[in-house]
Amino acid sequence: MSTYNAPLKDMLFVLNEIADLAEIAKLPGYEEATPDLVEAVLEEANKFASGVLAPINWSGDREGAKWKDKAVTTPAGFAAAYQQFVDGGWNGLSCDPEHGGQGMPKVLAAAVNEMWRSANIAFALCPMLTNGAIEALELCGSPEQKSQYLPNMIAGKWTGTMNLTEPQAGSDLAAIRTRAVPQGDGTYKVFGQKIFITYGDHDFTENTIHLVLARTPDAPEGVKGISLFVVPKFLVNDDGSLGARNDAYCVSIEHKLGIHASPTCVMAFGDGEGAIGTLVGKENEGLKYMFIMMNAARFGVGLEGLSLGEAAYQKAATFARERIQGRAIEGSAASVAIIQHPDVRRMLMDMRSRTEAMRALAYWVAGVNDIAARHADAATRQSNQALVDLLIPIVKGWSTETGNALTYTGVQVHGGMGFIEETGAAQFMRDARITTIYEGTTGIQANDLIGRKIARDGGATIAVLLAAMSVTNDELKSQSNADLRVIGNALAGGIEALQAAVNYIVANYGKDVRTVALGAVPFLHLLGTVAGGWVLARSALVAAAKITAGETDPFFAAKIITARYFAEHSMVAAPGLAQEIVAGGASGLALAEDLF
Amino acid sequence: MKILVPVKRVVDYNVKVRVKSDGTGVDLANVKMSMNPFDEIAIEEAVRLREAGVATEVVAVSCGVTACQETLRTAMAIGADRSILVETDVELQPLAVAKLLKAVADKEAPQVFILGKQAIDDDANQTGQMLAALLGWSQATFASKVVIADGKATVTREIDGGLETIEVSLPTVITTDLRLNEPRYATLPNIMKAKKKPMDILKPADLGVDVTPRLTTVKVSEPPKRSAGVKVADVATLVEKLKNEAKVI
Repeated sequence: MSTYNAPLKDMLFVLNEIADLAEIAKLPGYEEATPDLVEAVLEEANKFASGVLAPINWSGDREGAKWKDKAVTTPAGFAAAYQQFVDGGWNGLSCDPEHGGQGMPKVLAAAVNEMWRSANIAFALCPMLTNGAIEALELCGSPEQKSQYLPNMIAGKWTGTMNLTEPQAGSDLAAIRTRAVPQGDGTYKVFGQKIFITYGDHDFTENTIHLVLARTPDAPEGVKGISLFVVPKFLVNDDGSLGARNDAYCVSIEHKLGIHASPTCVMAFGDGEGAIGTLVGKENEGLKYMFIMMNAARFGVGLEGLSLGEAAYQKAATFARERIQGRAIEGSAASVAIIQHPDVRRMLMDMRSRTEAMRALAYWVAGVNDIAARHADAATRQSNQALVDLLIPIVKGWSTETGNALTYTGVQVHGGMGFIEETGAAQFMRDARITTIYEGTTGIQANDLIGRKIARDGGATIAVLLAAMSVTNDELKSQSNADLRVIGNALAGGIEALQAAVNYIVANYGKDVRTVALGAVPFLHLLGTVAGGWVLARSALVAAAKITAGETDPFFAAKIITARYFAEHSMVAAPGLAQEIVAGGASGLALAEDLF
Repeated sequence: MKILVPVKRVVDYNVKVRVKSDGTGVDLANVKMSMNPFDEIAIEEAVRLREAGVATEVVAVSCGVTACQETLRTAMAIGADRSILVETDVELQPLAVAKLLKAVADKEAPQVFILGKQAIDDDANQTGQMLAALLGWSQATFASKVVIADGKATVTREIDGGLETIEVSLPTVITTDLRLNEPRYATLPNIMKAKKKPMDILKPADLGVDVTPRLTTVKVSEPPKRSAGVKVADVATLVEKLKNEAKVI
């Protein structure tokens, strides 16, 4: 049902030309990530994504995960595919070589992870959560915890979960009630219920390692009293063998709008004698550790928006070429494929251009993240980290909102057939819906963006980004190519709108935060749109230079057309969004609460 | 026992090939290239023989342009131990390739060649047979099962009437059919190792082989488009049309 073929040309173009892979391969520890190796890795990952993961995407959606007697069974083919995934060594792509990972840069992982998510997002959630847990243990775990858990988790022999949410503690983790009672022997007994636990139980592996947020008996109230614990499904003996079954069970799974093959579990810790766990790091520091991993988790979900946009685009473009319906609008003897109708073109160009913008932005941010992590110079690390922090809410919030819009458009291209589940277009739309919600809703991303990332430093970091955009703009201005000039004008308009909105936020955040916050999500869209237009403009400049140098591949001409389309159809929204942010706050808050 | 596996870089099987407008050949500009699928089966078989302890070394060989290095890296990611590229920009025809492979065999002294029965670009189905003739070895073509033991290869072949099992003595040339095996997905660690495995690069002149084409391509054209079907009134009309219009019965 689902067919998927990774857009390798675009991926390699973005990695090499926008994310500057060659520079990243100079960073310590990344020397092996040369362009030829990266190309080979992407080629083979595509074979796996299209040959193993995509074929069970639709069947997994139809069948869904099943729960019986406190245990989850995944849909047909999932456990076997997971074993193949692990045998292929894919789980440890960007993990620490010290514990068996391959140590590849995040920028390469971004491209590979895009493929897993496009081919089968419900499957991809399992390794994504495992990688989150690995990262937590790598950063905060004790040497014993690392040696006990990391090698098997990196190999994929055991999976990992993140247990944060409770019924009364969703976006607000301060309300967590799960308790952890010290036993005097260095271990704790954990009691409480967690909900929305992705792959909390499954039939992929012999063990599952739960990371659980809980409160110790004398912990302070609120966010300052939350600690992080590692609670394995089966206790691990000192020699590494599996011991007793721990008191941590999946007591039901949710019935959801999408990602049906991914079990979303209600986890009961300590319904019996108590679930045995050990503390990660220090007591009461749990939330801090969560924040360290937050960027990676949010980036990972942002990729899902891109991935589903790409998957929806591929399906829609194939359908539009095959579906014969109606005469051409200017008149034609016979019926034509719907791709010939201008409005279908508009939809496909929307999907294509916005997907390419998301990809270029996400990979670029992943590359900046690699520099922030590994560069020799501390100041360079710091300035790059600030850029990553600024743009994570965009990769998360803007890409998932855009992914939802594109999967919606994908259904529209299919017409009535899109509304029929057998076609498969609807699945992308349903699967995409969660992405703007989990790992922090779009509203939370936008509040983080205007508060911590813009207002707090008085707009200093975004000024760096705006300056980089202006450099591209100057470069575009000096071009004689008509397409590039159009792209340049749109970018200039985008920069101006963005600057106006930033000025407004910086000036008013302290005075009237409620009114400013009403424009938070529109600002997230504005920054996403302008940043997306900027990376596409850079892509167009590179493509034009290649063509001038004699490149004949139509890919490069298409890149320029796509960037121009984005300039003329998406970037034009920037001034309107700025106006909404600057002037629209008051009316949004004016209506009295009891009139709703 | 050493196995040599020739691999060819061809237009990827997913690509819809287009004939050049001047009819001189297939348009290869900006087209995705990958390993001939039959050769992938050949590599897989050789690697399985090594994993089973039957073979000791698997060497992939490719003849062609510099970019064939990528094809050899793929072969090594599947599991070939090392590789040899005979590099040339000349258009290679089956006889030239067979001669190059014979020259490589003279240096390498393998016991077995395993190669695809044909390449999906020109579908010549000649190289393996020519190579066996040049070497004076036995040949077992279109293999769907291969068992090597005691200096002999027992090979099940796919023939028109069904399956035929033959026994050939080593050294021998085996060509693979589609159902011999299902090639594995290369693992990430092996992709990374492949980069470090040795690759020798030779020129046809180093091997003393003249690769000048012997065949001239007169014209390449698209297959004729299928025309619309017709409905026939009855069986008699159908038979009449098949006899007189289509002239197939």
